[in-house]
Amino acid sequence: MEPLTTFGIIARMFYQFTSVWVALILLFAVSMAFKRRLGLYGKLYDSPIGMIGFGLVMFWVFTGIFGAMDLIVTQDALSQVSGMKNKPPGTPISGAEEGQYAWYLLGGDNLARDVFSRMVKGAWIVVQIAPLATVFAFMVGITLGLPAGYYGGRLDTLLSFLSNLILAFPVILLFYLLVTPEIVATGVPNYMATVLFVFPIVFLAVLLNSRFYTQPKFRTPLLIGVLGVAIWLYLSLISNDGAIVATDTYWIPGIPGILDLFDIPGGVLVVFVSVVFVNSPTVFRIVRGLTLDIKTRDYVAAAQTRGEGPWYIMLWEILPNARGPLIVDFCLRIGYTTILLGTLGFFGLGLPPESPDWGSTINEGRKLLSVYLHPALPPALALLTIVLGLNLLADGLREESLKD
Amino acid sequence: MGLFILKRVGVMILTALCLTFLVFFLTNLYPNLEKLAKTQGNFRMSDEQVSSFLEKGGYLQPIPIKYGEWLGVLPSYRHTNEDGSVQGRCILPGKTAEESPKFCGILQGFWGYSTVFKDEVAGVVSTRLALTGKLMFWVMLLMVPSALLLGILAGMKEGSKTDRTLSTFAITTTATPEYVSGVIFIAVFASSAVGLKWFKGTATSAMEHATFENFFLPVLTISLYGMGYIARMTRASMTEVMTAQYIRTARLKGVSFPNIVMKHALRNALIAPFTVIMLQFPWLLNGVVIVETLFNYKGFGWVLVQAAGNNDIQLLLAVSVVSVIVVLVTQLISDIGYVYLNPRIRIA
Repeated sequence: MEPLTTFGIIARMFYQFTSVWVALILLFAVSMAFKRRLGLYGKLYDSPIGMIGFGLVMFWVFTGIFGAMDLIVTQDALSQVSGMKNKPPGTPISGAEEGQYAWYLLGGDNLARDVFSRMVKGAWIVVQIAPLATVFAFMVGITLGLPAGYYGGRLDTLLSFLSNLILAFPVILLFYLLVTPEIVATGVPNYMATVLFVFPIVFLAVLLNSRFYTQPKFRTPLLIGVLGVAIWLYLSLISNDGAIVATDTYWIPGIPGILDLFDIPGGVLVVFVSVVFVNSPTVFRIVRGLTLDIKTRDYVAAAQTRGEGPWYIMLWEILPNARGPLIVDFCLRIGYTTILLGTLGFFGLGLPPESPDWGSTINEGRKLLSVYLHPALPPALALLTIVLGLNLLADGLREESLKD
Repeated sequence: MGLFILKRVGVMILTALCLTFLVFFLTNLYPNLEKLAKTQGNFRMSDEQVSSFLEKGGYLQPIPIKYGEWLGVLPSYRHTNEDGSVQGRCILPGKTAEESPKFCGILQGFWGYSTVFKDEVAGVVSTRLALTGKLMFWVMLLMVPSALLLGILAGMKEGSKTDRTLSTFAITTTATPEYVSGVIFIAVFASSAVGLKWFKGTATSAMEHATFENFFLPVLTISLYGMGYIARMTRASMTEVMTAQYIRTARLKGVSFPNIVMKHALRNALIAPFTVIMLQFPWLLNGVVIVETLFNYKGFGWVLVQAAGNNDIQLLLAVSVVSVIVVLVTQLISDIGYVYLNPRIRIA
């Protein structure tokens, strides 16, 4: 078979992404039709920059999801095909079997794997980890930042000192100290996960309790239900094979394997935990600053006069009014988390070496960069576009939220 | 002001102590010590050999005591071998136990002995820091003026075409981490596949003899990532100043536009970017580690990677002390500078 021309490669890639295009067009059409009823999200469609950003982000989100469903990928991301080592884009596979895609659309990497499929699979890793890690970082930052800003005093001094402590650490040094197999063996990441993942539960509990504590008949079943599920998820998250921490010398039992909903491999857990750990102090600082500003407003004074409890004021008066800057920062922070994940991959930390995440792929590709460009460039451009999309989205949101 | 600085220095020392203790704790966890022993001895050591190696080096004492020894407030550990010779942290190769001091920690100016470089840590860190200093000097020289220019040009007329174009450029640079822009630059300008070959893809030769050809790409890679952020801050503060009353007064008086920008707006608009530029230093440190790895420039960032990868405890501690000091000192300077530049703020 003939190698594909540049045009052929682009056309075929375009065709592979069909499902993504359909999803994108549907999403945009529906959102445009109902944009006046969709609040801040709907207003995004008034700003061209925001729309471009959102489009870029959703492109990779859909690519990640459909890629995980094996819709876009042309080859297996991990298997090696002989004779395809470092082959340029559009090379046909010699002796392709029946039903196998006949080309390497973006060429083969140094281990003769398909660059295109690896890039698509890498999107799924980012789409899974980055938003979730950012959500957790926000939960930690909000749960600690609100009281620090609201109460002030010693609590504030202590928490600010701790957050400055983490911020003063060069991120890469922290990663090198936390994300090594030796540290995983000591169980330090498991302890950190145990502590960090408590915060969402605390957040949920306080949020619901402060709102509904005047109606105990409604509150008590609600809390039991929500917290029951949350704690179950928490325990499934932190325990692996029935143990929370398992080292050579001792182990702390978690919930038994039958009740365990999902297992997270040690490598992913440590990456996740360290990314949350690095991000939460910054969120803490932002929330604290916003709280300091908002607590002087009249509606806070009014709530205090009504006799509302401090947590009600923090979570139901201050937090909703701080949402604008927080949403913008959320978008920016997902981008930053994506960069951090790439950094980890670039230094070969955490994720297994054969994993198709973009950072690791860039790291592998850069070693041969002076001769072969095609293994390193697609993941680099992918990472660039998703982070750029998130930045543009944040910019559009900021502009639109300032308008009212 | 004096009290303020004193207080900040106190907090700085406390922070540095906490952080070094944290690094100390993490590097002294047993699996890490085992790795150290195996890289120092050989990889096929049995468990007993590992623990006897660690015992001899004094690695198995409680962590607070080891930390005290490293600081120089406790006498350092000595081990008498079977043949009667004495080994210890303070006893450098080629010295006897009697010649060596009892206390040797950073308080005595002794930073330890690097197990990777087989040299004194102080020497390793200072030579590498000098190399990184050279890199940073050029980065600053490229990044700060171009970022300010970008921000000022964009902020002069908000919403204009120049503003849109420059702002999009600034956003793109902030969205491009060093390992992406570096790879793209090498691909375009240095690889034989594209064939431009304007620059060199490695900066190893720049360590002794830096030329435009071998040094420009790493400098550009680091500067671009920080540039966008500073430019956006400058733009924000410039647009704010340009809407101020005194600018309108000046325009109504008939002062020419370049004069307004140069004489009235600039000074007030540059207060905020100053803080941002100072706070960029810690971020640049990250960039330095990535770029030095990517371009194989053996400076401070490269040492950090080597030290962390081989669990070289003493070197890693020195590296973290240096970087923590860099972060905290720049914070202090930015706070003081902010007060100095903006007379409306006074610290009691």
